[in-house]
Amino acid sequence: MNYKHIFLLFSILILSACKNQGEYINKIEGKQINISDSLKLDQSIENFIKPYREHVDSNLDSILAYAVNTYSKSDGEYNTAIGNMMADAVYEESNPVFKSRTGEDIDFVLLNHGGIRSIISKGNITTRTAYEVMPFDNSVVVVKLKGAQVKELVEYLAKGKRAHPISKLNIVLDSDGNFKSATLNSKPLDFSKTYNVATNDYLYNGGDHMDFFKTNDSLYVLDYKIRNVLIDYFTKIDTLKPVIDNRFIQLK
Amino acid sequence: MKRREFIQQTAAASALIGLGGMGLTSFTPATTKKITILHTNDVHSHIDAFGPDDGRNPNQGGVARRATLIQAIRKENPNTLLLDAGDIFQGTPYFNYYGGELEFKLMSMLKYDVATIGNHDFDNSIEGLYAQLPHAKFDFVSANYDFSNTVMDTHVKPYRIIIKDGIKIGIFGLGIELDGLVEKRMYKETVYLDPTEMAQEMTRVLKEDEKCDLIICLSHLGYNYRNRPEKISDLKLAGITKDIDLIIGGHTHTFLKKPTVVKNSEGKNTLVNQVGCYGINLGKIDFYFDSNKNKAANGTSIIV
Repeated sequence: MNYKHIFLLFSILILSACKNQGEYINKIEGKQINISDSLKLDQSIENFIKPYREHVDSNLDSILAYAVNTYSKSDGEYNTAIGNMMADAVYEESNPVFKSRTGEDIDFVLLNHGGIRSIISKGNITTRTAYEVMPFDNSVVVVKLKGAQVKELVEYLAKGKRAHPISKLNIVLDSDGNFKSATLNSKPLDFSKTYNVATNDYLYNGGDHMDFFKTNDSLYVLDYKIRNVLIDYFTKIDTLKPVIDNRFIQLK
Repeated sequence: MKRREFIQQTAAASALIGLGGMGLTSFTPATTKKITILHTNDVHSHIDAFGPDDGRNPNQGGVARRATLIQAIRKENPNTLLLDAGDIFQGTPYFNYYGGELEFKLMSMLKYDVATIGNHDFDNSIEGLYAQLPHAKFDFVSANYDFSNTVMDTHVKPYRIIIKDGIKIGIFGLGIELDGLVEKRMYKETVYLDPTEMAQEMTRVLKEDEKCDLIICLSHLGYNYRNRPEKISDLKLAGITKDIDLIIGGHTHTFLKKPTVVKNSEGKNTLVNQVGCYGINLGKIDFYFDSNKNKAANGTSIIV
């Protein structure tokens, strides 16, 4: 055995010995570190983010329209200016899309009062406003509902007495708060017919217990986010001045 | 044979002496190695820190600060892994404007090693996730999403093995049931497989076949469902499986004061951790290894 042989042998032994040797955990230390402002910014990361941030901010802050007043979802009893605006915007922006795909019109719109996530302040309306009012990614869907389900829908609204945003539909409660009439284009709803109801996918999936959407003839997914509806609507108009009207009222 | 072995050992021993103790340090029985696991979950596109006026988390979070912290930890211990337990996407306009591109690019710059997929990572549909993959220089693991009939096929592995300082670390991923949580048109033909069965299969492969020294489960199942005990969660999974050393969780945005120690099906300890959401915290788990089995067998000390 010369030196080379011995070295080779030695190497093999080391390798085989190490291979047989396992590694065993004998201590574990766990903790959580808060990312606070006591940590310095990593400047290279910060510089990388900067152009993205500037683009997003300038886009979000670009002025789309002007609100003549401040609008809140609590400024009306059965219908609110901001809710009316949202439901009308969904009708106006979605109906051309729906019509081009099906040849039919949307009959009416129903959204949820809780889906108005922010006020619109008097002054400039920006893309950021649309993100504040609708931070979620819910989209417009059109549901073909039979008269029986439309009746349930109207009863739900009459009973709930909440200012769920509606468009095209008119509901009147009598002075005792009981259901009196429901009309579409001044004509009473015909509960033997089917109607195309535009709503959001949250309500379609049973949100706010609007279970009547479950029994439907067809569902049309428009791939159109409510937020984008608002952005498109704000872009189109110059001045925003929605009003509380008589689409859902109680007789005195 | 006996005689031959004797000679070899003698030869080796003399060689050792002759070489002046070269390699001795890596050969001492009491060698201690340290692996640091850093982790985030449910960052939800929170690239910037919360502003000073935020009602809940003022001046917290932010990728540029997280980068500083991670760099300091890596400097202290180069044998560090950085992992994410899913829901990288959705939550700020950055996602709406760039579709996840910036999130993946920044995670790559921070040198994330492995991530798993959360339900919100399907928010731009499976095609939207696929489209951002070129920006991710880290790997995705999921053992219970079968992507065979989707565009993600071959882009997500059930597990990944990383060797650091000779320590073999096996990391597998688990995702939450998508039905009822994500629209079918978003996740398409992704097939959800039973997480418990897949975890058992993964631990068998990683422990018995691959002989990993450390097994980590990156989970987006959720920490615990108190009112739905039948629903699989990290705590439940930890108790009914074996050989998992650490479960890094997500989905439930659970802020824990410290990692939870759970007895697994063999009565051994499994660590379950989750660090809330939005990049407010970074989890740090240090594993110390010893090549001396007897010493380790005396009981692993867990300091949390």
